[in-house]
Amino acid sequence: MARAAVQFIGVNKWFGRFHVLRDIDLEVFAGERIVICGPSGSGKSTLIRCINRLEQHQEGRIIVDGVEINDDVKAIEEVRRDVGMVFQHFNLFPHLTVLENCTLAPIWVRKMAKYDADAIAMKFLERVRIPEQANKYPGQLSGGQQQRVAIARALCMTPKIMLFDEPTSALDPEMVKEVLDTMVALAGEGMTMLVVTHEMGFARQVADRVIFMDQGQIVEMNAPEEFFGNPRNERTRLFLSQILR
Amino acid sequence: MSIAYVRETDAPLRAPPVETSGPVGWLRENLFPNIWSSLLTLLLGMFLAYIVWSVLDWAVLRAAWTGTDRAACAFEGAGACWPFVWEKFPQWIFGFYPIDERWRPVAVIVIGALGLAPMLMPNAPGKQLNALFLLVAYPVIAFYLLAGGVFGLEPVETTNWGGLLVTLVVAVTGIVISLPLGILLALGRRSELPAVRTVSIAFIELWRGVPLVTVLFMASVMLPLFLPNGLNLDKLMRAIVGLSLFASAYMAEAVRGGLQAVTKGQTEAGLALGLSRWQTTRKIVLPQALRISIPNIVGIFIGLFKDTTLVLVVSIYDFLGIINAGLQDSKWAAPQTANTGYFVAAIVYFIFCYGMSRYALFTERRLAESGRR
Repeated sequence: MARAAVQFIGVNKWFGRFHVLRDIDLEVFAGERIVICGPSGSGKSTLIRCINRLEQHQEGRIIVDGVEINDDVKAIEEVRRDVGMVFQHFNLFPHLTVLENCTLAPIWVRKMAKYDADAIAMKFLERVRIPEQANKYPGQLSGGQQQRVAIARALCMTPKIMLFDEPTSALDPEMVKEVLDTMVALAGEGMTMLVVTHEMGFARQVADRVIFMDQGQIVEMNAPEEFFGNPRNERTRLFLSQILR
Repeated sequence: MSIAYVRETDAPLRAPPVETSGPVGWLRENLFPNIWSSLLTLLLGMFLAYIVWSVLDWAVLRAAWTGTDRAACAFEGAGACWPFVWEKFPQWIFGFYPIDERWRPVAVIVIGALGLAPMLMPNAPGKQLNALFLLVAYPVIAFYLLAGGVFGLEPVETTNWGGLLVTLVVAVTGIVISLPLGILLALGRRSELPAVRTVSIAFIELWRGVPLVTVLFMASVMLPLFLPNGLNLDKLMRAIVGLSLFASAYMAEAVRGGLQAVTKGQTEAGLALGLSRWQTTRKIVLPQALRISIPNIVGIFIGLFKDTTLVLVVSIYDFLGIINAGLQDSKWAAPQTANTGYFVAAIVYFIFCYGMSRYALFTERRLAESGRR
C-alpha cells in the first residue's frame, strides 16, 4: 500500500460549544482522489481546512506527509508549502497581476529567482489555458478564469496534495465546466486531491473514494460506484436523492 | 411643366431642435434645466461674482504695491498692503535663520523636492532606492544642513528656525514618523499577542483622548520636569515628537479601517501558500489596506499640516506664527496689514493642502482604473 499522504486519527473539533468534527478517522493515500460531500454545516470544509491548519483541531492527531500538525509554526509552514489550496471565493490577490499572484509564493517561500518563477508560472497558466491573461489584474477576469488562476497559483508551489474547498460553488453555471475540466486534467496526472464539492458528475468521473459527512461525522465512505449505486446509510440516500433528483 | 407630386415651394422652416451638446447644451442641461434651477444659478452666480470682485478689488485694484513703511498703505480706502509682504516674506520663509546661511534651508527644500518628485510619478524608475534615499539619507542630510555644526557649517540653534521652514520641518517629520508608527500600531491592535494588543490600544486611546494643545504643552513644559537635570531635549524636537505621536494614533485608526476591509480570505490564501504571517501581512494585506486607507491617510496628513500652526502655543514661530509676530511691527501699522498677512497665509496653506488632496485623488483614480482595488 502507498504511503499515507494525510492521516486523521480520532480528530475532534469544536467551534465554541458546537461540535463540528466528531471522531474523524481517515487515511488518504498518495495519489488518491477523495471527494467529500454533505449538507452545509456538516464540517466538510472544516475537515480539509484542518489539513493546512487554517482551522485548529482540539483533539486527536493529523499527520500530513509524515509531519504532525500541532502548534509548531515551522512544521505548519512546511506542510503549507507542500499543500495547495483552492477556495470557494478564489481569494486571488487583487493588487497583484495574475502572473504576480502566481510568482509571489515561489519567490518569497521557495526563494526562487524572479526569472525562474515567471517561467514556472507561465507553464502552469498555459496548463489552465489562460497564459494570455498573465498581465491582467484578477478583477478583469471572469469567475471561471479567476478560479483557474487560483489553481495555477497553488500549482506553482508544486504541491504534493491539493485541497479544493467548493471550487465551483461561487461560479456562474456556464463557468463550472472549465474549472472542472482543469481539475479532471489535474487528477489525471496523479495529484493527491481532496475535493469538497457537490459536483457528483466530477465525483463519479475521478474520485477513488467518496465521503459523505453529516453533523461532523464521516457517515459513509466508499468507491463511487458503490457510493452512488448502493448507498448504505439512510442519511446518504436522503442527501443523494435531494441533490441528484 | 409641373408634376403633381413634386412640391414647387419650399416647406416652411421649423425651429431648430434644442441643443443638447456643446457648451450651450451643457449650460442648458446643468445650469438652467428649469425655472428654479435657473434662478438658483443666477443667484449663486451673482454671489460668486460679488466675492470674486471684492477680493479682486481689495487684493489688486485698491492695493498698495510699493513703499517702504506704513505710509504706503495707510491711505483712505486702502486695499491689501503688499509692500509689507515683500519686506517680510524672506522672514516668513526662513524665520530668524541667519541671512548668510539661508542657502542651507533652500538646499534642503530643493533636495527634498527633487527626491519627492520622481516618488510621486507612477512611472519613474527606482522607487525602492528613491524611498530609501528619502527615508534614510535625506533626514540625515537635512538635519545636518539645517542644524550645522559639521563640515564647517555654522551651527544654527533651532530657536532661530522659523516660518515656512519650521512648518515644513514639523509637518514632513510628523508625516514620516506617524505613517510607519501608525501602521505598526494598527497591526499591534490586531495582534494575537495580548500584551502587544493592550499596549497598542492603550497608546492609541490615550493620544486620541487628549487635545493636541495639551500634548504640546506637556511636551514643552512638563516633560523637562520629568527629565533628569542637564538632559535638555530641544524644544522643536519635543514639539515634533508630541505632534508625531498624536498623529500616529489617528493614523493607526485610519489604517486599521483599511485592514478590516481586507477579507479574511486574503490572509488565508497567503498562509495556505506557505507564506509566513509577517509575509502575508506585508505582501498581501497591508498593500491592499493602505490603498483603501489613502483618503483617510491624506486627510490626516492635511490635518497634521494645519495642526503645525499650534506649535505657536509653545513659542515656536511657524509660518502663521511668524506672520502674526510681524504684525506687531509698528513700522507697518496700517488698517489692512493684518488682513494682507492672513490672506497670504491662507493662500500658502491652501496650496499645500489642496496639492496633497489632488494627488491623493489622482492616486485613487489610477488604482481604480487598473482594477486593483
